[in-house]
Amino acid sequence: MRKIRVLAAKPGLDGHDRGIKVICAALRDSGMEVIYTGLRQTPEQIVAAALQEDADVIAMSVLSGAHNYLFPRVMELVKEKGIADVLVMGGGIIPDEDVPALKSAGIAAIFGPGTDTKDIIGFIQENVRKH
Amino acid sequence: MCDPQKMASLKEAVAKYDEKVAKVLQKIPERKKDFVNTSGIPVKRAYTPLDMEGFDYMKQLGLPGQYPYTRAVQPTAYRGRYWTMRQYAGFGSAEETNERYHFLLKSGQTGLSVAFDLPTQIGFDSDHPLAQGEVGKVGVSIDSLHDMERLFQGIPLEQVSTSMTINSPCAVLLAMYLAVAEKQGVAFDKLRGTVQNDILKEYSSRGTYIFPPRPSMRLITDIFAYCTSDVPQWNTISISGYHIREAGSTAVQEVAFTLANGIAYVEAAIKAGLKVDEFGPRLSFFFNSHLDFLEEVAKFRAARRLWAKIMKERFGAADPRSLMLRFHTQTAGCSLTAQQPLNNIMRTAFEAMAAVLGGTQSLHTNSYDEALALPSENAVQVALRTQQVIAYETAVADTVDPLAGSYYVENLTDQIEARAQEYIDQIDRLGGAVAAIEKGFVQKEIGAAAYQYQREIEAGSRVVVGLNKFQVKEERLSDLLKVDPSVGDRQVARLKELKSTRDNAAVQKALADLKAAAAGDANLMPLILTAVKALATLGEICDTLRAVFGEYEAPALV
Repeated sequence: MRKIRVLAAKPGLDGHDRGIKVICAALRDSGMEVIYTGLRQTPEQIVAAALQEDADVIAMSVLSGAHNYLFPRVMELVKEKGIADVLVMGGGIIPDEDVPALKSAGIAAIFGPGTDTKDIIGFIQENVRKH
Repeated sequence: MCDPQKMASLKEAVAKYDEKVAKVLQKIPERKKDFVNTSGIPVKRAYTPLDMEGFDYMKQLGLPGQYPYTRAVQPTAYRGRYWTMRQYAGFGSAEETNERYHFLLKSGQTGLSVAFDLPTQIGFDSDHPLAQGEVGKVGVSIDSLHDMERLFQGIPLEQVSTSMTINSPCAVLLAMYLAVAEKQGVAFDKLRGTVQNDILKEYSSRGTYIFPPRPSMRLITDIFAYCTSDVPQWNTISISGYHIREAGSTAVQEVAFTLANGIAYVEAAIKAGLKVDEFGPRLSFFFNSHLDFLEEVAKFRAARRLWAKIMKERFGAADPRSLMLRFHTQTAGCSLTAQQPLNNIMRTAFEAMAAVLGGTQSLHTNSYDEALALPSENAVQVALRTQQVIAYETAVADTVDPLAGSYYVENLTDQIEARAQEYIDQIDRLGGAVAAIEKGFVQKEIGAAAYQYQREIEAGSRVVVGLNKFQVKEERLSDLLKVDPSVGDRQVARLKELKSTRDNAAVQKALADLKAAAAGDANLMPLILTAVKALATLGEICDTLRAVFGEYEAPALV
């Protein structure tokens, strides 16, 4: 069975990458293949990378408050490119009241500060597309 | 303490104590097998004068205000005046932030600290495609001198000291501040404040870089040279460990990587033809204050002593002011939890107390709601009151460096200094801080420490109250601050209006002059000041420099 492939990304201008790097390390230790894009990725770049890397999961982190623009934009492009079966998740400083709209845009889950990486790993394993 | 007879009998007493402890441990084991702090330094059961053998008071501590400044940079420290209470603030438009500043000054805050939004920090105007969704979010949006004028409306600049967290486009924002002062009729030599201007930690930890290291270092030394002659009271850089720590480093790494960056700036300035005692006195620092209380106090003391030695021994600085590590502190944002957020008030108070016992010159205390959003006005007030309670009610500021002489604190101060020095030696062998960052060494060390910290939390060996122990079911905080989403549209409209009403020929000329100068080696500050006054925007000025300097590409590391 091939490993689960995760594209981890920092959309927008936010430079806080401690969280996403820790998550990358934890996902890798759990046996997943992780590609990290680095900082300042546009939604277009993220979706293009997901296509190119044949990612099963897109995991994005935003702590700057720009998630309401960036996450739905990524979802639009995911649908446009016909890879809507990719599991798209977000994390960062996301107020509770923003979560319902993000989920209805197609973001599968939002993980806030204090999340145990085991919960993220478990969520991916349960919800990722099966090959 | 050094009486050999007394030391011998102490040794005997300690041996007996150890025997007794061994017996006790058979019945009642300690909470952990090994006690080790976050920097990996083993913590002993009890410290005695034996842990300070060979201690030389004058050499290792000196009196307050005396080399190596372990105790304090000023002889009277807080007995003269308290630290500057300075809350980092900025969001939305210049008007909204200006309102917050007036509120803070009215609440007894003694200095301003400007938070800029990410497009401003990365040199994009609000109408840039990459600015979408980011305008006014993590700080105030500044596109042109007009915004800067609105930001300081009704605030006489000769009466406040202002800190600006701005790095890559620092020269532009500093020029705007100077232009506002000029309009207010305030002479530059009356201005007091600090610009962060610390690009190296942007590459390693914070992410708001624009240009590659070499031209970035030039912009920094241009600011050093310009301020030395024209804005003499200004702190030209705030060499920052704060963000290194927030990115996950240990306390030792925070000291080491910060001072290594400091060494790189001093070397760059000397290479640019400046004399160490010309710019040395205006270098300032910025540290984090985390939860390991005594380690933090020791960290500040170790940093002061190590920097004094570096400036004296490595760079031959002679002016005492060049040797003094003066620093701002912010409590640790990364120690705050979204769970049971009121507990953050206590965390912040302990961290603030550590900063005060460590002798900080100014302090920002985080608000309890910051793991959830930008702080609300109520939360900011509690944070400021925390500092005021420490200052006015606890009496810890009545004597200088009260923890000096503690066997543990002195031992820890020595160990932090020694371990930080080992890192600095390692960075020297890699070719200095710039090379160490380009090779990814610093980033990898920080990343490994961050992952280790997280694993300890998840394993339960590191307890975070309310997060992995003592959890409750709870409602999330309400009354969080929401940034008005229309601020982006308003900024874009203002830019459009600005560009249609200003003297565009003057703007083009100023930008062309700047471009020509950037290709040579003239000091760019006067040209940037001219461009700013002609109402060239931040984005236009940065684009002009991008065209000459190029842009930094981060090494692929993870």
